[in-house]
Amino acid sequence: MKLKTTLLTSVALTLAAGAVNAEGKLNIYNWTDYTSPEVIEKFEKETGIDVTLDTYDTNETLLAKLQAGATGYDIIVPTSNFVPIFISEGLVQEFDAAELPNFKHVAERWREVDWDPGRKYSVPFTWGSASIAYRPDLLGKTIDSYADFFEPPEAAQGRISVFKSPEEIVNQAHLYLGSPFCSEDPGEMQKVQDLLMAQKPYVLVYSSEGMNDRLLNGDVIISDHWNGYAFKGRELAEEQGKELVYAYPKEGVIGWADNLMIPASAENLENAKTFMNFMMDPENMALQSNFTGYGGPIAGQAEFMDASMRDAPEINAPDDAKVVFSFACSAKAQSLIDRVWTNVLR
Amino acid sequence: MANLPENATLRRSLALGPAVLIVGAFMLVPVAIMGVYSFLEAKSFGGVTWSFSGDAYVQLFYERLLDDSLRLSSGYLIIIARSFFLALVATVSCLIVGFPVAWFIARRPLGQRNMWILLITIPFWTNQLVRTFAWIIILGRNGVIEAPFRWAGLLGEGETLGLMYSDFAIAVGLTYTFIPLMVLPIYASLEKLDFSLVEAGADLYSSRWETFSRIVIPLSKPGIVAGCLLVFIPSLGAFIQPDLLGGGKKLMLGTLVQFQFSTARNWPFGSAIAMILLAFVIAFLMLYARAARGAKAMEMRR
Repeated sequence: MKLKTTLLTSVALTLAAGAVNAEGKLNIYNWTDYTSPEVIEKFEKETGIDVTLDTYDTNETLLAKLQAGATGYDIIVPTSNFVPIFISEGLVQEFDAAELPNFKHVAERWREVDWDPGRKYSVPFTWGSASIAYRPDLLGKTIDSYADFFEPPEAAQGRISVFKSPEEIVNQAHLYLGSPFCSEDPGEMQKVQDLLMAQKPYVLVYSSEGMNDRLLNGDVIISDHWNGYAFKGRELAEEQGKELVYAYPKEGVIGWADNLMIPASAENLENAKTFMNFMMDPENMALQSNFTGYGGPIAGQAEFMDASMRDAPEINAPDDAKVVFSFACSAKAQSLIDRVWTNVLR
Repeated sequence: MANLPENATLRRSLALGPAVLIVGAFMLVPVAIMGVYSFLEAKSFGGVTWSFSGDAYVQLFYERLLDDSLRLSSGYLIIIARSFFLALVATVSCLIVGFPVAWFIARRPLGQRNMWILLITIPFWTNQLVRTFAWIIILGRNGVIEAPFRWAGLLGEGETLGLMYSDFAIAVGLTYTFIPLMVLPIYASLEKLDFSLVEAGADLYSSRWETFSRIVIPLSKPGIVAGCLLVFIPSLGAFIQPDLLGGGKKLMLGTLVQFQFSTARNWPFGSAIAMILLAFVIAFLMLYARAARGAKAMEMRR
């Protein structure tokens, strides 16, 4: 009798397990430290879908992997400037974002975007900006222009930190010089190169990590910075009785927006869409924002966000701040950028 | 009976099979792919187009000006020279620190030596990235080294020794990372050294320096050469230390290759640099093989 019960129980358990498995799997390929564990837990609980997470550190890595034929990913998270590449290279699937019920929560400015007209391939994810952050207490002044970054005052000479990859820094130079992004004009690029070369003697480090560490220990006074990361830096600075400010230079800050997309090779299409829809729920996107420290594209997510973030000037740009979105450059412009950057760094 | 030798040959080649397979699949094939890629054209967003081009190698020696004209350029050669110099500095400092350590261990009683070897390898248990980050805390502003200077009033507010983000920091990082690779082979040589030879030298009135230079060094030479190669080669392509400790201001070979495959999206050029790096490594290994043959010949003469 006992044996029979055990048998029955195990059969029942197997069936139950089968039911969970029937919901299937979802393989997410996202940026490192960019997926809220709470969100994943909640998603798994609500849908019964089993999530596997893999991570990358640059858009280039993601692109290279997919181009090399990597399969098994159902959700990828490319940045706005790379979205057109994924579309034109045929690496992602077309679907209708507006058909997802929660698309109605998406704030107006994120519905129609340059990088995916009509939102045929993507739904919006967290977004932010790149600019410079600085230590007013060490610099002795406030910054309202990239001039202090490219031609630093004496206090900041030798204590400048610049991003390691050229994308943002070349665009910052364009903003400062008043030339267009992705310029194909060698003369304009020469000016960008001259500016970066002139800045180099004052640069302590070219790195896209550890900005807060260097600003807080005083190694660096002005640093290229991401808004969400600078927000965390400011909170740390306040704890230590220091000042760290994310600047909105009058020339503008570089905007970026990440997007959820479905690779052409995705095996769990419906689950991917379920995830996209789930993420566009204000409460869920707020969880994601709280985790990464970056703002989200969902109207009404603010009320679920941590109070400190809701009022953070880094996350919520002042009304008069200029946000310029970067886009993918032509091969010719990209090769000019690469050459400028190699010339600067060698 | 006649087919026995044939059988032996067959058996031998079968036994060698797995080794050949591994070397082929995990070394020759990847190197061949790299070699082929270095002669292809770069695709705009990474990857390659299948058409022949020597551009990647031209790029090593010539600079394409922003207006597309070519000019002889030493830019990349400087990067190669810099990498060589730093690898050499790391090798020499590993040797200076590593030899006495190996000597010390080899002179311990037999039962203790394994414990000392274990201690040498302990840093290998921790992730290299973490160990390199630790140096930022040690060398950085307000770091472990600067703190006593600041406390003694030798460093004022806003002043720094400037240890971090310099070639010095890269050399320290490389030496620290690769020193076990120097100690272990030298130890292996010294352990086999017959110390009665050292005593014999002393009995024959040789000075300490003569004993060292004419007995100890020649007998431990294979270990020293192996240790130097094991340190030099990975230092040449090192990527983490220049990036984290050097501040990424000056490109090194490893960083240059990484840059080509990521942001610059120029796979052929990245492959070409890797091929050049490989050529250097092979050259050094051949020098090593010659030195080793020479040492053996010397031993036979004796």
